[in-house]
Amino acid sequence: MTRAALQALLSHWVRSPFQLAMLLAGLALATALWSGVQALNTEARTAYATAESLLGGGNAARLTAPAGQIPESEFARLRRAGWDVSPVVEGRMAMGQTRVTVLGIEPLTAPAGGTSEELVAPDVTDFLAGLGFAHPQTLDEIGPRALDLRPSQAVPVGTVLMDIAQAQALLDKVGFITHLTLAPVQRDGLTPLATLAPDLRLTPPEDGADLAGLTDSFHLNLTAFGLLAFAVGLFIVHSAVGLAFEQRRTMFRTLRALGVPLRHLALLLAAELALFAVLAGVAGLALGYLMAASLLPDVAATLRGLYGAPVPGALQFNPAWAAAGMAMTLAGTALAGAQALWQLWRLPVLAPAQPRAWAHAGMRSLRLQGGVAVVLAITAVILAQTGGGLVTGFALLAAALLAAALIMPLVLAGALALGQALARGPVAQWFWADSRQNLPRLSLALMALLLALATNIGVGTMVSSFRTTFIGWLDLRLVAEVTVTPRTPSEASALQDFLQDHADAVLPTQRMDARLAGQPGQIYAMKDHATFRDSWPLLDAVPQVWDRLAAGEGVLINEQLFRRAGLRPGTAMLDLPELGGVPVLGVYPDYGNPRAQAIIGQDLFRATWPETPISQFALRSETPQALIAVIQDEFGLPSGQITDQAQAKALSMSIFERTFMITGALNVLTLSIAGIALFAALVTLSGMRLVQLAPLWALGLTTRRLAALELARALVLAGLTLLFALPVGLMLAQILLAVINVQAFGWRLPLQLFPADWARLALWAGLAVLAAAVPPAYRLWRYGPNQLLRVFAHEK
Amino acid sequence: MTSALTIERLCKTFGKGPDAVQVLDNANLEVPQGQSLALTGESGSGKSTLLHICAGLEPFDSGKVVLAGHDIADADDHARATLRRGTVGLVFQQFNLVPSLSVAANLSFQARLSGRHDPDFVAELAQRLGIAQLMSRYPEQLSGGQQQRVAIGRCLAARPRLVLADEPTGNLDEATGDAVLDLMMELAAQAGTALLLVTHSTRLASRCNARVHLRAGKLQVPV
Repeated sequence: MTRAALQALLSHWVRSPFQLAMLLAGLALATALWSGVQALNTEARTAYATAESLLGGGNAARLTAPAGQIPESEFARLRRAGWDVSPVVEGRMAMGQTRVTVLGIEPLTAPAGGTSEELVAPDVTDFLAGLGFAHPQTLDEIGPRALDLRPSQAVPVGTVLMDIAQAQALLDKVGFITHLTLAPVQRDGLTPLATLAPDLRLTPPEDGADLAGLTDSFHLNLTAFGLLAFAVGLFIVHSAVGLAFEQRRTMFRTLRALGVPLRHLALLLAAELALFAVLAGVAGLALGYLMAASLLPDVAATLRGLYGAPVPGALQFNPAWAAAGMAMTLAGTALAGAQALWQLWRLPVLAPAQPRAWAHAGMRSLRLQGGVAVVLAITAVILAQTGGGLVTGFALLAAALLAAALIMPLVLAGALALGQALARGPVAQWFWADSRQNLPRLSLALMALLLALATNIGVGTMVSSFRTTFIGWLDLRLVAEVTVTPRTPSEASALQDFLQDHADAVLPTQRMDARLAGQPGQIYAMKDHATFRDSWPLLDAVPQVWDRLAAGEGVLINEQLFRRAGLRPGTAMLDLPELGGVPVLGVYPDYGNPRAQAIIGQDLFRATWPETPISQFALRSETPQALIAVIQDEFGLPSGQITDQAQAKALSMSIFERTFMITGALNVLTLSIAGIALFAALVTLSGMRLVQLAPLWALGLTTRRLAALELARALVLAGLTLLFALPVGLMLAQILLAVINVQAFGWRLPLQLFPADWARLALWAGLAVLAAAVPPAYRLWRYGPNQLLRVFAHEK
Repeated sequence: MTSALTIERLCKTFGKGPDAVQVLDNANLEVPQGQSLALTGESGSGKSTLLHICAGLEPFDSGKVVLAGHDIADADDHARATLRRGTVGLVFQQFNLVPSLSVAANLSFQARLSGRHDPDFVAELAQRLGIAQLMSRYPEQLSGGQQQRVAIGRCLAARPRLVLADEPTGNLDEATGDAVLDLMMELAAQAGTALLLVTHSTRLASRCNARVHLRAGKLQVPV
């Protein structure tokens, strides 16, 4: 019985291979997008874990000095006092054809449990003699080299691990270390560090480079877009399964009439779905892997550019990722097929074999859908009014989008009813009425199209708003024509003396790490200069802000700190180390920086932390290229240490573009999936439509005209969907800009409108819809009398 | 008396080679204007094929089919569609109403397509067919008999020169079928419309002005 029943059920797909292909394609693409995004996230998180485990699994506290470096003698003094500390020297330098972070460790005292210990232990003699380790990708980037470097996956990308003595020599830091790591467990009865080394600052482990925490919002964004694409794919599956169910109602009735029990039939249908899910899941995983592999270099560049996170550009296969992707596919298929199975369960054995009266049942389900949409819309409003946090932001986004998608068929039904009321000719009247009647069959595909279009508009508006604001901000922030980064404090001192006579203005940058309102961040010194007074962008400020800043009467804070800590200029105070509470004078935008930041006047900074070295010089000059040449001649600085304004802007823009390249790619893929959904629905529908269209042909409408009307119907429905998608997309953009971005990155951007982008999207969507609608319309046009007459022949 | 439909030496074969089935073999037929003709035959004898050829729905191999003075052999798809809209009225066994349109819209649909819509005539037809109270309903809300009456009304409202009806009462019980056919013949006679009626029923066939029987591709006048 099982074999015969299964054969009968599967015969539908044998006769409708295209429909099967669409179902599998929808599921495979949905899986591909979801699993591709997850592969990117998994790879990045593995890289963060690698970075953190290199030196004691991220559990080691650090001792740092405000001046940026610690004399080596301090290490010896603390060891003699019984403290289990280990020296680390760290710095950036050019190596071969790239720039790397050189990490020097002392292997005999390095904290136990770190990857470095496992790596170095077998070859400690070679390590002490000059052997280093680097990720294979880093070695490729370095190219030919003089150092003895061995490949290791345990070292983060962009880092070279070596013995501290060699690193000090390479970084020109002989006699100095960058920080000391403290073993988690220390002996009892030691002299407190505050007494022993009062100048050193203890940084708890959680304040370190918590890459996973810093990049969480970036990955959450990716996950949200992946989930959205997956949801759009599931609309296809739901639509295809639902239509196949309708087409097979006669078969179900016959099978049950012939003695196949309902439970058995339901199990067979579930097994059929599971089989499809496994087939499409495997294909989707393969596609997702390819997609992730092609996008990973851009994601890695973004993570390195934005957060300094060392992520390799090559993808590793992870079985757990594949298993999770397959589970998601099976769960999604079950969700998409649940309604069809439920309908089968409730189908009386003698139910009419004709497809149900769509207009009636469709309108009933539309009303139910409308009710759910209203509930979701109310939820979204409540979340918008009361919610906080990134997860709540995404919940708001999901509720608002789903409410819009569910309400759309009702809006379309209303528009079509209006069209019918205004129509004059019989064909026009039929066109609108028929479009309305067939709306339930197309609504899932149209909802998928709406989601794809709204996402395109929303994300496009967000990215374009961001780009416009970012470019304007860069122009203001990067006023200095040249930026010079000294390699050592002594070089900084020499440069300052030299530059006084060669640049129009010298604006030194000094900074130190500090906790700001409980968050890890940095304090910068700002020189009182017309460059900043005229150009530095401010979002909010007290009167005479620059005078007061120069006088050391307060602090400027970045937008991230302002939003997270709620520090309003004029009323709030910010606690700074050594200075106590300082009035907040203003807030400045600081796009691209995930951390809190504060700026105080240079005089106050130098008086408070006199040992802090100058990390960079911003130089004003009317002849920047000549100035760069003079500095290079005098100090022999490599090109990486001197940046002109154009280079800096280009670098910032390239990081920006790469950051949003993946959202652009997901946008295109989501729109493609929606196009396929529409195509699948129209093709499936075209077979079912023959019964409705043949009588019209018999009444005197040519197949050519009917085909044109079918095409027009698809365009009208897509056009109405696009019109509806516009406000939904702008709502999405507003949520992204005002809620998600604020929660994820800490900054808020003004919403700007880009009608040219919408026109371009409308064109693409129109082409996608035409591509989806032309084949079935063409097939209808080419139908010969034999195929059409079969409809009447079936009457006998 | 002018002819609404003339068929001369009409041939139609389905398939090729040894599987070929010739359903019409030099068939000849004439339906004068205002007259009714019953076409009978066994199942699968080709009655519906002949009806579809007469409506310009089905191509034929050879011969001549003249519909209200127009030779449809020479007509292209567009011209045949125009003929179906303006000259012929079709009544199907399964009604084939447009499900998305109300009874009122269905009733006037073909008349409006042909440009001969007369609201008073449609209202009168609805009265006489007993469906005036159903005008705002949709096909799915009607019984089989009611749907068939709407289908007949749709056909007659367009005042065609020729009505081609394929088992129009096949789905109805005898009493309802008789009533519907009476009405259709009466209205056709009033409008001077010719009627070609495909039926299995000799009882219904006997009520037409003439009768032909299709057997082995030949049209014969029964004795």
